[in-house]
Amino acid sequence: MGGVHPEENKISNDAAIEVMPVGKQMVVLMNQHLGAPATPVVQKGDKVKVGQLIGEAQTFMCANVHSPVSGTVLKVDTCKDAFGLAKPAVYINVEGDEWMESIDRTPDIKRECTLEPKEIVAKLKEMGIVGLGGATFPAHIKYSIPEGKKAEYLIINAAECEPYLTSDYRVMMEHAEEVCIGVSILRKALGVPNAYIGIESNKPLAIAKMQETARQFEGIIIEPLKVKYPQGAEKQLINAVTGRRVGSGKLPIDSGCVVSNLGTAFAVYEAIQKNKPLIENILTVTGKELPSQHNYIVRIGTTYNEIIAHSIGQLPETTGKVISGGTMMGKAVVNLDAPTVKGNSSVLVIGEKEARRNPETNCIRCGKCASVCPMGLEPYMFSLLVKNNRIEEAKAHNILDCIECGCCFFSCPANKPLTDEIRLGKNKVRAMMAAKK
Amino acid sequence: MTQQILIAVLILGALGIFFAVVLYIVAQKFKVVEDPLIDEVAEVLPGANCGGCGKAGCRAFAEACVAQHSLDGLRCAPGGDAVAAKIAALLGCVVEQGEPMVAVVRCNPANCGDKRKSNYDGLRSCAFENTVYTGESGCPFGCLGCGDCVAACQFNAIKMGENGVPVVDADKCTACGACAKACPRKIIELRNKGKKDRRVYVSCVNREKGAVAMKSCANACIACGKCAKVCPMEAITVEGNVSYIDYKKCIACRKCVTECPTKAIHDVGFPAPAVKPAPKPEAQAAPAAEKVEIPVAEKVEVKS
Amino acid sequence: MNLLNISGSPHVHSDESTKKIMWRVNLALVPALIVATVFFGVNALLVSLISVVSCVLFQWLIEKYILKQKPTIWDGSAVVTGLLLAFNVPATAQMLWIVVIGALVAIGIGKMSFGGLGKNPFNPAIVGRIFLLISFPVQMTTWPVPGFTMSFDAATGATPLGAFKEGALPADVTLWDAFLGHIGGSMGEISAIAILIGAIYLLCRKIITWHIPVAFIGTAFVFSAILWLINPETYMDPVMTIFTGGIMLGACFMATDMVTSPMAKSGQLIFGFGCGLLTIIIRNWGAYPEGVSFAILIMNSVTPLLNCWCKPKRFAE
Repeated sequence: MGGVHPEENKISNDAAIEVMPVGKQMVVLMNQHLGAPATPVVQKGDKVKVGQLIGEAQTFMCANVHSPVSGTVLKVDTCKDAFGLAKPAVYINVEGDEWMESIDRTPDIKRECTLEPKEIVAKLKEMGIVGLGGATFPAHIKYSIPEGKKAEYLIINAAECEPYLTSDYRVMMEHAEEVCIGVSILRKALGVPNAYIGIESNKPLAIAKMQETARQFEGIIIEPLKVKYPQGAEKQLINAVTGRRVGSGKLPIDSGCVVSNLGTAFAVYEAIQKNKPLIENILTVTGKELPSQHNYIVRIGTTYNEIIAHSIGQLPETTGKVISGGTMMGKAVVNLDAPTVKGNSSVLVIGEKEARRNPETNCIRCGKCASVCPMGLEPYMFSLLVKNNRIEEAKAHNILDCIECGCCFFSCPANKPLTDEIRLGKNKVRAMMAAKK
Repeated sequence: MTQQILIAVLILGALGIFFAVVLYIVAQKFKVVEDPLIDEVAEVLPGANCGGCGKAGCRAFAEACVAQHSLDGLRCAPGGDAVAAKIAALLGCVVEQGEPMVAVVRCNPANCGDKRKSNYDGLRSCAFENTVYTGESGCPFGCLGCGDCVAACQFNAIKMGENGVPVVDADKCTACGACAKACPRKIIELRNKGKKDRRVYVSCVNREKGAVAMKSCANACIACGKCAKVCPMEAITVEGNVSYIDYKKCIACRKCVTECPTKAIHDVGFPAPAVKPAPKPEAQAAPAAEKVEIPVAEKVEVKS
Repeated sequence: MNLLNISGSPHVHSDESTKKIMWRVNLALVPALIVATVFFGVNALLVSLISVVSCVLFQWLIEKYILKQKPTIWDGSAVVTGLLLAFNVPATAQMLWIVVIGALVAIGIGKMSFGGLGKNPFNPAIVGRIFLLISFPVQMTTWPVPGFTMSFDAATGATPLGAFKEGALPADVTLWDAFLGHIGGSMGEISAIAILIGAIYLLCRKIITWHIPVAFIGTAFVFSAILWLINPETYMDPVMTIFTGGIMLGACFMATDMVTSPMAKSGQLIFGFGCGLLTIIIRNWGAYPEGVSFAILIMNSVTPLLNCWCKPKRFAE
């Protein structure tokens, strides 16, 4: 139901993953995940090693943060993030590249995992693993199944339906075995018989590679998916793989499903088998205007400017927008001096002409927004309700079901910022509900 | 023929009587007894339904007044003391005289207009833009300039200034507070109008540390505390990296205005020539920057 | 370097625009215009031209001098209204000035008085046509006889529907004539094949969906078939019914107008059903021989209700 077909633009598909060198100074933000920021456990002058814990999760909805570099802590202060907002951060002066002894840096692939499910979850927490599909939801919370619920399906999202992004694709092509081990570990943590890896059928090479690798593992099923944005959205993916529908206001676990991103599975492998905390991102540097396309392993905390300088030198004159993430759901970056954080999947450069939105015109009530909405909602109506502050009604028409995929704005011939309006409406609904409590 | 007419008349007549009876019964059954006082109170209210009183509209306000038979905790800002007195007369209670208030926009336009640091291309709504990023000025506490306050004002008293920061028309402003509520960054505050409409306020709400705030905006309050030291009335407090003038204590002596190194403190309503040249050489170069609310444009030119 | 643009996601657009949609509709109307020109000669072209020009002109004048906003004549919507209005009148010389009045009513009252494109509850071209039909009943029902002619004073005759209302279908009108367009009638409605070509183009371009045309024509067909089976003497046969008069044009171009038709698919089916039903009712028991415009106008007024009742299927339910 619904969905659109934006231009795929997977132009960095064939660029093998390179390793980005480490800069002179690193700034590590303390909230790189959904929830409260981690509490810094280092002080000015402390020596840290790569992989050392520097921010501890002290509340429930939080994840550990580890040092991506070795060196001396310069200060514990705030730093402006990619959107210009100050966030607590640890500044580290880089000295050498000394890793924690516990981390296994050999290239050998380690298959056996003897940990019990509880121990796996505990280790995910220790290693600061978060969901790398975009929401950066702490993994240990996701894999601690609440009392009374039962997981029946583990679904790995490798749809990568966002235009431009190729990091998951590269991971599948280069690290298929590690991914499968990671998936097996997650499967064990949940105690489910089968794990399904959903891949859009426009990536035949990745499907073949994964199928070949998965054959060596028990209970990993590769599920080719129809090419349609947003095929990789959690609820749509569950529907495509299991036929189940996650109800309004419900979580995937209510339908017996746990969904993780493919990148997360790779990070899980490294964390569990190699004791390596989440200190690196695999990200795509891409854009039609760029002279070259890249996929990198980047230490978390490297700034956008450093990534740009290393990969393409400087931004082209015609740059109109820099996006972290894909064109459909990524976020526009304003502060290029900001450090990257967990879950960043790309530095996407869009030309001036493409970046500008066309002027808004009158709604012609074509109903396109409603017909492309993967959740079966009516964006045009939300637009009117939010404009007229009729928040109760917007809530009654399930505005909170919106997954903000952007199909409505994408297809609107009147260029109405429908997705923006719905987001505003959702915020207003949440504020109203909070006020009622 | 006569018979037909007769039948028609009879049927219609009977129907008429029947419906009259039904209407009468229904009217009796669903009669709403309402205090006639509510109508009288509603009559004296401005009727703008601005919502500044916190009620759903003017009628709801009138109902609340009549229900508690006093004006305690209820104030119609647009109506002011005149309306309060009228309501008090109707209700037969006493009412305290409130001080006239006005909405004040506490943001310098130094960063906006031509000095934008990015181009916002999304939904023209401050409430939404605030969830996306810092805004075009680059200041995470500054005015976003999409005009949610302008849209909220029922009295046409607030307009977007040339530099992207709204300007309040003090004569039209009724201090209903709708703009202050609409502002997602709490930049707009209701302050007293002051004697002879003269008032002094800190035109900045940036809570960043001094150096960071300076980077965000040349006219940011850097919380240096000079104003607090110079204030004879102890009206100024510096809390959370931003200074605040308590208008209840302020006597509008303007010592803080000349003291402020970033010109974050504005004075309004003072005759312009009365200002003595400031001692600092850089401030001398900028005599036009002395504040009246309207020549905002000049101020920016000086800064550039 | 330029300032970075910032907005919420998404950061791409499908490049669809109102303008593109409207000009594609205009393109889809060209086959019918060609057939009209072939059968009715220069008059057809002239009436269309005057109608389009006056629609665009009135829109420009109203936007510029009354609403004081930036004129939007290039979005092509006034051209669509102008063409559809012209298609709904007979291609006679006297229509040359009458159609200007129709254009004023269509644009001025039917569209701009509600706030312009997208805000009108009724299809402007139909508003214009019905105004003309009521104000100029004689001129609006003086149909030129189709033929390959270049003359301005063509002979006049009856439409198949008009003839049927008076008594019986003229014997020389065959189904093939109706399909090709060799029959009397308003200039745009005569040729089913030309309209279908345009409709197929719109379907391929995803500007219209099949729901309204199929429901409209299907209902008209089934309903008239039932009547015909009951009494073939009084009622026209169903195939002839859907190929004569304005059913094809109405179902494919007028009823599918985005602005005035329901948005949900289920609503569109009900909308089409209502149009078909009302058309046959008006044709058979109404005062006018043709009821398509009235049927669409009535269903236009129900559209807001249909939008309320018919919701798309929610994913989460």
